[in-house]
Amino acid sequence: MDFLRPATWDDALAAKAELPDALPVQGGTDVMVEINFAARRPAALLDLTRIGALGDWDTADGRFRVGAGVTYARLINELGARLPGLAQASRTVGSPQIRNRGTVGGNLGAASPAGDAHPPLLAGGAVVEAESAARGVRMIPAAEFFTGVKRNALAPDELIRAFWTAPASGPQYFAKIGTRNAMVIAVCSFAIALHPAERRVGTGLGSAAPTPRRAPAAEEFISAELDWDGCGPLPEPARRRFGELVAAASAPIDDVRGTGAYRAHALAVLARRTLTWAWNDHRKEARRCA
Amino acid sequence: MRVNLTVNGAAQAVDDVWEGESLLYTLRERMGLPGSKNACEQGECGSCTVYLDGVPVCACLVAAGQAEGREVRTVEGLAEGAPGDERLDPVQEAFAEAGAVQCGFCTPGLIVQSHDLLERNPAPTDAEIREALAGNLCRCTGYEKILDAVRLAAERKATR
Repeated sequence: MDFLRPATWDDALAAKAELPDALPVQGGTDVMVEINFAARRPAALLDLTRIGALGDWDTADGRFRVGAGVTYARLINELGARLPGLAQASRTVGSPQIRNRGTVGGNLGAASPAGDAHPPLLAGGAVVEAESAARGVRMIPAAEFFTGVKRNALAPDELIRAFWTAPASGPQYFAKIGTRNAMVIAVCSFAIALHPAERRVGTGLGSAAPTPRRAPAAEEFISAELDWDGCGPLPEPARRRFGELVAAASAPIDDVRGTGAYRAHALAVLARRTLTWAWNDHRKEARRCA
Repeated sequence: MRVNLTVNGAAQAVDDVWEGESLLYTLRERMGLPGSKNACEQGECGSCTVYLDGVPVCACLVAAGQAEGREVRTVEGLAEGAPGDERLDPVQEAFAEAGAVQCGFCTPGLIVQSHDLLERNPAPTDAEIREALAGNLCRCTGYEKILDAVRLAAERKATR
């Protein structure tokens, strides 16, 4: 095994082009587990932690561009108020030690169906910035990024540079089922984001299908159902139907963490609950503006 | 490969490090620092917690090569004073006094993590202590004595 330590982003892209089997490692919270348990022996580890630029975030065109090396801890502290859904999900990742090392970039690279960052990225309409030495930058919407269990849309010579997402334009929530409040891989999870200016609701499901995914039918239904102008209360039948449509969008399996039937049921509950929280917040906000 | 790093204030070069090796293995097996414990090797238990550039992390999930040029502080580096005349850190004293140590295996990780908590938050609430220590598992104590120890260490540090 080789250990590659590029000092610059260009060097990293060149190394990945030359050795496509090199496994990128950032915080190591997924990669090192596989190495420690001899589950994986890549041709090389490509250490990206020396590239300072990956640890930066900034704003452009009204969106955040968050470098692949920004840890969960920094995301919570520095961007939590403006990306509340992603911050809530980040707070549920592992433990303080894990959040000090783990990154959203790494979560995207691993592309686990249970990755905590994925549902809020989907609900918020995030875009992944990938890059290769040969073809330059490619922008991949989160909804097209996950292609299978632990598989993503990256080409063998591509690396994740950053993700792009707009600051919250309305209430956002994330909810996750697990056996305790820390150190838990999601049994299932759900994220919701209201986009009031577009009269649209975004969703993201985790641990509920081979890949993280949206629930498009549920989004369409509830976006049309909500009283965006009058900010009226959420009708109970609509709330219930939204939960059913979210559950219907899932394709969960039975495994050690839960049964498929339990996951589908729990998703409907999480969807109803987070929708209620988000809509109540929106009504409060709207009353202030009126 | 060779890895150059600073451990507990001393710059060191370590040879023959395997490219897939964890920082924890390097510390314990190549540098004679067995304080950080090897238990789960998957970041679940916190018993290998060390400072990496001042931030507490699980040493089992850091590739040794990632520590090149970095500063590591282990539980062995918390006591102050010249060798032979060290004074334990108040967190270490408090763990011993409060009976927060039973088999002792989780203790080094809990001490480093508690040390970091009190550096950032000198007077934590019980909820904040529990949150900070959520990634450190102890199978003996039931955690109550550990909470006592952190409260005691906070008091001691405040009056020092």
